[in-house]
Amino acid sequence: MKKNLSNVVLSGMRDGLPIGLGYFAVSFSLGIAAYNAGMTVMQGTFMSLLNNASAGEYAGIAAIKANVSLLEVAVLILVTNARYLLMSCALSQKISPETGLFHRLLIGFDITDELFGISIAQKYPLNPYYVYGAYSIALPMWALGTGLGIYVGDILPANVVCALSASIFGMFIAIVIPPAKENKGVLVAVIASFIISTVVYFVPVLNAMSESFRIIILTLVISVVVAILFPRKEEAND
Amino acid sequence: MTRSVWAYIFTMAIVSYLLRVLPITLIRKQITNPFIKSLLFYLPYVTLSVMTVPSIFFVSENVICGVGALVISCLVAYKTSNLFMTAVTASVVVFLLSLI
Repeated sequence: MKKNLSNVVLSGMRDGLPIGLGYFAVSFSLGIAAYNAGMTVMQGTFMSLLNNASAGEYAGIAAIKANVSLLEVAVLILVTNARYLLMSCALSQKISPETGLFHRLLIGFDITDELFGISIAQKYPLNPYYVYGAYSIALPMWALGTGLGIYVGDILPANVVCALSASIFGMFIAIVIPPAKENKGVLVAVIASFIISTVVYFVPVLNAMSESFRIIILTLVISVVVAILFPRKEEAND
Repeated sequence: MTRSVWAYIFTMAIVSYLLRVLPITLIRKQITNPFIKSLLFYLPYVTLSVMTVPSIFFVSENVICGVGALVISCLVAYKTSNLFMTAVTASVVVFLLSLI
C-alpha cells in the first residue's frame, strides 16, 4: 500500500515536471511585469504561490499598478479566472464520491489549465496523491519564477527589461492564436478583442475607465456575444 | 503602499481559491447548460486578448516596437504554436526595434 502510494506521487511528479518548466518561463515574464508595477520579490513570490494563474495575476498586477479598489480587484479575478469554476466542477466528477473534504480543499488549490489537463486525463477515480505529486513540482516553480523575474528586473538595464516585458504578451498570443486556427468562435473572439480593446482605449469618455475595469467589461461583453453567436457543441470538455 | 499591495495579493488569492474550491466541495453534478459552457470556454481567450492589446503597444516608448512585436508574434504563434518561441520572439523584436 505504502509503495503503491509513493508510485502514485512519483507519477504525478513526473507529469508535473514539464509543466513546471513551462510555468517557470511564464511566471518569470509575470515577474518582469510585477517588477514594472513596483512589487518586491517577496510580494511577487507569494502572489504566485497563492494565485497560480497567469491571466489572473497579470490582471491583478495591472490593477495594483492603477491602485484600484479591492472590490474591483475581486471582480477582476472573478472574471479572469472564471474558467476554473468549470474545471473544478469537472474534477468533482473525476474523484471518488467518498473523497474527503480535506482532499477536496487541497486539490482545489492549484487547478490550472495544465494541471487540470493531466488530472482529467487520469483513469477514474482520480487519486489525490497523483495530483499532489504534480502540484509539488509545478507550484514551487511557478512561485520561484515570479520571484526571479522581479529580482532580475531590478538588475538588468532598462531596455532589456522593456524587451522582456513583451514576453508575457508573446505567451498570451501563443495561447490564443493556435486554437483560433481551428475554431471560428475563438478566431472571432480574438480579433474582436484586439480591435474593441484598442478602440475603447483611445475613444474619449470610454478611455476614462481603468485597465482592470476595461478588462472586466470587455471580457464579459465579448465572451457573451461570442458564446451566443458560436455556441460550443457537446463533447467539448476543454 | 506596501500594506495595500499585500491587501491586493490576499484579495486575489481568496477569490482565486473560492473559484477553484467551491465547485469541487459543493457541486456534485456536471454543468450542462450549453451557454454557460460556451461562455466559460471563450472567457480565457477574450481576457488574454484584451490584456495583450493595446498594452503591448506601450511596452516601450516607441509604439512601433509594440506593433512589430504583436504582428510578428502572431505570425510565429500561427506557424509554430510554440509558447516559448513566441515569447522570445516578442522580446527580441522589441529589443531590435528599440535599437533603430
